[in-house]
Amino acid sequence: MDQFTLNLLVVGGSFALYIGIAIWARAGTTSDFYAASRGVNPIVNGAATAADWMSAASFISMAGLIAFVGYGNSSFLMGWTGGYVLLALLLAPYLRKFGRFTVPEFIGDRFYSQTARIVAVVCLLVCSITYVIGQMTGAGVAFSRFLEVQNTTGLLIAAAVVFIYAVLGGMKGITYTQLAQYCVLITAYTIPAVFISMQLTNNPIPPLGLFSTHAESGMPLLAKLDEVLMELGFRDYTGHHGSLLNMALFTLSLMIGTAGLPHVIIRFFTVPRVADARKSAGWALVFIALLYLTAPAVGAMARLNIITTIYPDGTSAEPIRYDERPDWMHSWEQTGLLAFEDKNNDGRIQYYNDDSEEFASIAAERGWEGNEMVTFNRDILVLANPEIAQLPPWVLALIAAGGLAAALSTAAGLLLAISSAVSHDLLKSVLLPKITDKQELMAARISMAFAIALATWLGLNPPGFAAQVVALAFGLAAATLFPALMLGIFSKKMNTQGAVAGMLVGLITTLLYIFTYLGWFFVPGTNMLPNTPDNWLFGISPLSFGAIGAALNFTAAYIVMKMTAEPPEHIQELVESIRVPRGASGAVDH
Amino acid sequence: MSEDKSAAAYWSANIRIITICLIIWAIVSYGFAIFLRPLLAMLPLTIGGVDLGFWFAQQGSILTFIVLIFYYTWYMNRIDREFGVDEQ
Repeated sequence: MDQFTLNLLVVGGSFALYIGIAIWARAGTTSDFYAASRGVNPIVNGAATAADWMSAASFISMAGLIAFVGYGNSSFLMGWTGGYVLLALLLAPYLRKFGRFTVPEFIGDRFYSQTARIVAVVCLLVCSITYVIGQMTGAGVAFSRFLEVQNTTGLLIAAAVVFIYAVLGGMKGITYTQLAQYCVLITAYTIPAVFISMQLTNNPIPPLGLFSTHAESGMPLLAKLDEVLMELGFRDYTGHHGSLLNMALFTLSLMIGTAGLPHVIIRFFTVPRVADARKSAGWALVFIALLYLTAPAVGAMARLNIITTIYPDGTSAEPIRYDERPDWMHSWEQTGLLAFEDKNNDGRIQYYNDDSEEFASIAAERGWEGNEMVTFNRDILVLANPEIAQLPPWVLALIAAGGLAAALSTAAGLLLAISSAVSHDLLKSVLLPKITDKQELMAARISMAFAIALATWLGLNPPGFAAQVVALAFGLAAATLFPALMLGIFSKKMNTQGAVAGMLVGLITTLLYIFTYLGWFFVPGTNMLPNTPDNWLFGISPLSFGAIGAALNFTAAYIVMKMTAEPPEHIQELVESIRVPRGASGAVDH
Repeated sequence: MSEDKSAAAYWSANIRIITICLIIWAIVSYGFAIFLRPLLAMLPLTIGGVDLGFWFAQQGSILTFIVLIFYYTWYMNRIDREFGVDEQ
């Protein structure tokens, strides 16, 4: 059986499983559709949250993201996990106790204001829609790479599968497919990681392998990696290059943004009790950590492995001849993710950092005329691993199914957050308060269908700013929704005016700061200042601004609160009641 | 634990444990992994050939986060019962 047929079988099998689950977990009420009737086991919800959270980018790109920068990009590891501590301690249990279906619903009810609700809906839509574009394009790319179909066809197939289980099952269908998708993606990620770790360090557990001895050289793996990188003019892997302040602010923005992302928060509305919401956040982080502890190990090992493959006799000896390169390099050159160019016509592959001025003289001495590995896509560190480790073809098929599972599970969670904000917060709460549960369920399904159509359209015609949207989504979630939610719980006296002022200040300052350096609506050339560290205000990168936006939000909210009237008595009692777990199971219907 | 079983006492006990957990959360990530890394590097202790701060940045902080959430969950379940506000 050839690789293509195998990919088709494994991916097709996983899709059949998701659709089967969708038919089994049909939604009959709005409570099913929005919150899986709050009957989800906390450990199952943890796994579903992990799949909801880990996107195509986490699965395919994260290892490379860490590996090509080293220590400096640890921000992604800490930021995307540390947010769960904030979620478990500051938000999830109280929002579960409140017992409603959406994030804007909490903000609207707690701040007794339709304005606050609508501002929250706007913030949610901006965060979630920008985020979903990346998932849809990711699914399209994964399809075209593994199943040899056009990007467009791939995207349409992905949209059709999500349509079946999200429209039919709502949160209930999404929860159980996410559980299955988590199992697929973590298996696919772990198997090649174990093999590469065995090969390089004789340790079958990748996170331990990262900190153990490189079998071939007898040196610690990371010390060996530092050594070969510096011998080729690159920066050392474990050292820090850049501003510590930016690294800390970027980490903080990712943490606060993670805790404020609506598609993650609503997952905690599906568990039966407040205590389950806390426990579930812990399990979610355990399931996420299984991948996040493996990713930096895979990245570092794959990068070292590729360098030692090119320089089999050490970096001071001659690199391999182009026509003697391993088969996997040959096959990945065809995808365009890897490309060589023999600049000095010696038939060998010189891979080094030709941007380094200090290294230029050494390169000249050795007769090198530029880095000859001209394209080295970071995704290859994960995608090519099965071939590098010479694993059987079914492992590559599993990687295909895993990448698609990661993209689809995140897309479905985002689509639910979008459609419930529309059907529940705009239609039911603002425009048509008289509709029945059955009618609202129909409205929810229709808005889901519209959300999928919109996401598919955006995936097919991605706006030019697709690459920047992650910063935007996290920055806005951090600067708008997180502070409003936290103040709603922890500040009993916080009123409408304070919350709305805070959200608007957070939204506007963050957008302004990002647009100033990255261009208005990311249109190239419209930025008012060049995006370089000398121009940044206090040296703060636009990517790190979310934490500052959050601080401005808190400050504005407090100042306005002090100048305006206290919230009414019944709202203060509401805050008292969400602070204690007792009575949560009674608050299911409303 | 004090004898006061009021809602206010429950809330201040909760705020106290949240504060403690968040201090640890900040120390392992912003402290050990970022700002205090040069200080940790002066210790004669290394993991896998690199300084402790690097380990905290890539693994230690994540493992601490997991422990923090489960500890908070366990602690809160205990005081929920103690103050009679647990779910029946």
